[in-house]
Amino acid sequence: MYRSYRDQWLLWWIRGCAVLAGMIVLLIAVFLLLESLPALRHIGLSRFFTDPSWHPAATAAQGRFNLVPMLAGTLLAMTGAVAIATPLGIGSALFCHFYAPPLLATAYRRLIELLAGIPSVVYGFWGLVVLVPLIARWQPPGASLLAGILILSVMVLPTITLVADAAFSNVPREYLHGAAALGLSRWGTIRGIVLPTARSGLLTGMILGTGRAIGETMAVLMVCGNVVRMPDSLFDPVRTITANIALEMAYAVDDHRSALFVSGLLLMVMVIALVAAADTVSRRDGNG
Amino acid sequence: MIGENTRLPTNRIDMLIEIDSVFGNSPHRPDTVTGSGSVGKKASATCCMARPTVRRSTAAARFRRLKEFPLSNRLFTCLVALLSASIVSCSSANNRSDHQLVLTGSSTVAPLVLEMAKRFESQHPGVRVDVQTGGSSRGIADAMRGLADIGMASRSLREEEYELHAFAIARDGVCVILHRDNPIEALTDAQIVAIYSGEIVNWSDVGGHDAPITVVNKAAGRSTLELFLEYFDLSSTEIRADVVIGDNEQGIKTVAGNSNAIGYVSIGTAEFDASAGIAIKLLPVGTVAASVDNVATGSFPLSRPLNLVTRSEPNGLAATFIEFARSDSVHDLIREQYFVPIVP
Repeated sequence: MYRSYRDQWLLWWIRGCAVLAGMIVLLIAVFLLLESLPALRHIGLSRFFTDPSWHPAATAAQGRFNLVPMLAGTLLAMTGAVAIATPLGIGSALFCHFYAPPLLATAYRRLIELLAGIPSVVYGFWGLVVLVPLIARWQPPGASLLAGILILSVMVLPTITLVADAAFSNVPREYLHGAAALGLSRWGTIRGIVLPTARSGLLTGMILGTGRAIGETMAVLMVCGNVVRMPDSLFDPVRTITANIALEMAYAVDDHRSALFVSGLLLMVMVIALVAAADTVSRRDGNG
Repeated sequence: MIGENTRLPTNRIDMLIEIDSVFGNSPHRPDTVTGSGSVGKKASATCCMARPTVRRSTAAARFRRLKEFPLSNRLFTCLVALLSASIVSCSSANNRSDHQLVLTGSSTVAPLVLEMAKRFESQHPGVRVDVQTGGSSRGIADAMRGLADIGMASRSLREEEYELHAFAIARDGVCVILHRDNPIEALTDAQIVAIYSGEIVNWSDVGGHDAPITVVNKAAGRSTLELFLEYFDLSSTEIRADVVIGDNEQGIKTVAGNSNAIGYVSIGTAEFDASAGIAIKLLPVGTVAASVDNVATGSFPLSRPLNLVTRSEPNGLAATFIEFARSDSVHDLIREQYFVPIVP
């Protein structure tokens, strides 16, 4: 009797938690939509892609609201960071799992976990006082897409490494034993058995890393230069959507503020697309 | 949402304690602290719930929190505040009493007013002064709409804002800064305009080394930017910037880290940082040296008043506070924030 009473209590408690967590996400989405509505009505969705530049003003008629350079900045920084961090992350997870002696592997794993725990402002501050001046000496102005990509890849690296590491642990032991019995070399085992088996885990890690790269604000704000312009090269400054919201939010009123919510909505759509992609990938892998 | 995790431990505990005090079940059980979910979600939930208690805490506590919060955190709080704005703003506008003042506006003025509010609260027991930031435009809009008792603005009133009453509590100056190793000692106004509008892109054109100029500009909405544009008669669409920054410190760090950069920041901050050995130098405007003293005497052209703004002639508590903020007894606070007291 007592036991089932406890179960009931637990059940409702857990349901409550689930509803609360779900509600928060839904409320944020609804709130974003509601706040975006004035801009969507006054400015119209198409102007966010066709206006000559981003020079926001409080009223739709005075301002210019082109989000494309910032969308490009976000996508470029994100793609660059993931492109650098993925091979590094998977490589270091492989090292950790298959090559490093156990003691070193444990120490290395702790180190990566530490890297994941460093607050983003710390990365940003380091980027601002070390990385940016370094690039500036070589290719002024220094605050650039490149700086953003480098900082972001360091930040994304631990996510990808840890998820890849977990994915490698999930490779069934029998497969490895089988490979050993066949006399495959270590690299042969990794390439022929471990990587294909862990594929969905690796992709999930990549997508999680991409999500972090999209959402990162502080570090990017500090090193990217924040000029709203299509970058011609790696050394040009860019502004990401998140940095734009952080820079202008406190000062924006009326349609400008609402336009920032539209950019937030765009970010949310991008993240939803990513989550959907991750879902599809893992489901296809589960079936296949 | 990842940026919010910075400094969470202290803030989170702070907030949980506040929530417990709201629901009246202290001491709180430790299992509720560690029991659920990811850190990010938890923070959002606690922020939401902590919101109603903001008015309970003293200005001192609020100021501490403002200083501790990194930008992203403040931004997030801002978002949450907006979420609940529809509910809170109605009640705050209607239930305002003789014991509470709400000030909103300029992020330049807010830290100063927060310090003043702390002292004001200690001198007037039972009075609560609530200071929120959101930019000069917001301060003026809120004062106009009556959402705040007093608005804060780091600029003079514009023509269309004639119905408001402004009370200057201090002055702030903006100065152009270069890296300390840059051989240039002065630039004319025309040269600065040419540099910022992209007509001059190399230091050799104004008598310096042969090196490309890195133009550091402020993000839209900053009152420093408005003052700069107004003085040099530029519009924001004309400016060709290489780096856009948010606050003064970021600007100083950017210029100090790039020997070919030019930027502009608040004089108070720049003078303090330059004297602390950071590699920047302050350029004069015309023949007037950029210094706090010259701002005080009013001879420095690139300066602005820090104003408290009210919709009607202030009375009651608002009048007392404004009088207090303009009195000699807060000059030490003004100097502490590297602003310049107004000498009558």
